[in-house]
Amino acid sequence: MSDGAGSLPLIIGIGNRFRRDDGVGPWVAETLQNAGRQVHIHAGDGTALLDLFAVHGDIILIDATKSGAAPGDLVSIDARSAPLHADMFHYSTHRFGLAEAVETARALDLLPARLWVYGIEGQDFGAGIGLSERVERTARELVSTLAADPADDA
Amino acid sequence: MTERVIQVDALARVEGEGALYVRLNGPEVEKVEFRIFEPPRFFEAFLRGRDAHETPDITSRICGICPIAYIMSACQSIEQAMAVTISPEIDDLRRLIYCGEWIQSHTLHAAMLHAPDFLGLDDAIQIAQSNPELVKKALRLKKVGNSVMECIGGRAVHPVNTRVGGFYRAPDPGAVHALIPELNWGAEAARELALQFAGFDFPDDEYDYHFVSLIHPDRYPIIEGRIGSNRGLDIAVEDFNAHFREDHVAHSTALQGRMRDGSSYLVGPLARYANNFDRLTPACQATAREAGLGPIVRNPFKSILVRLIEVQYACEEAARLARAYVPPDPSFVPTEPRAGEGHACTEAPRGICYHNYRVDAQGRIEHAQIVPPTSQNQPQIEADLARVVAQSLDLSDKDLKWRCEQTIRNYDPCISCSTHFLKLTVDRV
Repeated sequence: MSDGAGSLPLIIGIGNRFRRDDGVGPWVAETLQNAGRQVHIHAGDGTALLDLFAVHGDIILIDATKSGAAPGDLVSIDARSAPLHADMFHYSTHRFGLAEAVETARALDLLPARLWVYGIEGQDFGAGIGLSERVERTARELVSTLAADPADDA
Repeated sequence: MTERVIQVDALARVEGEGALYVRLNGPEVEKVEFRIFEPPRFFEAFLRGRDAHETPDITSRICGICPIAYIMSACQSIEQAMAVTISPEIDDLRRLIYCGEWIQSHTLHAAMLHAPDFLGLDDAIQIAQSNPELVKKALRLKKVGNSVMECIGGRAVHPVNTRVGGFYRAPDPGAVHALIPELNWGAEAARELALQFAGFDFPDDEYDYHFVSLIHPDRYPIIEGRIGSNRGLDIAVEDFNAHFREDHVAHSTALQGRMRDGSSYLVGPLARYANNFDRLTPACQATAREAGLGPIVRNPFKSILVRLIEVQYACEEAARLARAYVPPDPSFVPTEPRAGEGHACTEAPRGICYHNYRVDAQGRIEHAQIVPPTSQNQPQIEADLARVVAQSLDLSDKDLKWRCEQTIRNYDPCISCSTHFLKLTVDRV
């Protein structure tokens, strides 16, 4: 799913690393950054995501979910072809988070050409650093997948 | 008697989480409680024993929307405790980055979170579907604020270039001057949004508020001035605790701010505007008049217009400061550990943010007190809700619920700042 010859998707990790599993998005992004990938850590409200959509045609978003699934469960969504539901994702500032940003971009015809969203079900969103065991295990698997061949998964 | 129960499990489009309980006994509003039950985060407690220089970076983590308010109040308070005087250039640069925070915070709330209430829409996504140009304008305007914060602070959220005494590095003049064209556009865009939103159908509500804000003889206050009000209060920031108190109530984990006599007061855009209208620029005053606003606005629902006028002001002021920018040299004033106490109050987008620290001879925090604006507004929010509910008994439960949420959003409450979830319950007995 590269944007063209030699280019790889921008990895955006979303969440607060000081709220345990909410930090799984930044954790994955930083690990991939250490492997040389172009990443962005997103904090604050979701509107700034639209600014990134305007300049990157190929994006992978990674966020923690709080959907009731088993901790560590991974979901991948082709956001260009399926709407995102706000209730699924944990991150939100002023209730304008990932899903609101993507759906606003869709309404404005501002979605990037390729946009995949990975959600990892969190277990502990309390104050503190570090991921819970099952969440970290899934995060490591996702890093391996994206580092090995980002085109395959998305 | 007729019992009515209205319940909203999670108030949308505010920062943080809380609940509202309204109990009606026929036409009587028996109880209104703005319930905040997010566990307290104990920032004041865990600052004790820390190096005072860490205070701005730690307290900025209280809020991802208004970190500058915490950084600036903390810096000024620690500098006073350590008897440090900063240069006018540093002061101007602080005012410039604070303008960026007003622009992005106010625009997000007014255009993306509060406007849906007046348009009969659920959220900004529906505005984007029905009026995409409005949302595009709002997004660009918000980005203007983010750009200022990135340029001065190193990043838009939780800036890394700010410190006690000034800035780690003075921004490049070219980068600061490059902000000017978009700031000029932003001032006009904010004016257009204010005039567009002035056509909303505002609920007919007026209240004689006690408006409390910073006041300053020359400038529309952001990071300077005394604490004043429309009822004659005029005190030094150091005297905050002599005139204001914080109460613990059973239904809120956030302390509630009151005057010493127990009365409620209002902080935020309506208060700043009422107490400092003459210090707005002529262009901003003209926008206010064209929007149908006098120098005092007592209809809380029209706070959305005042926010946009403040965005216009912040854009104009930021452009002025950018044009006049001279890099501070040195970029910060060095500080030496010294026992002392400092007080500071700056105007966060939602109102005055008071900090008080006592520092020991080794420069470690002995005592910390942080009074955020939403804590201060809680009693007034409850009073507004009681009044608005009493005026709106003929509304259906669904519409009354909507009106209650709209009333709360008049305040752009940052529950995370006051401590963090909102459920709304209305019982009609």
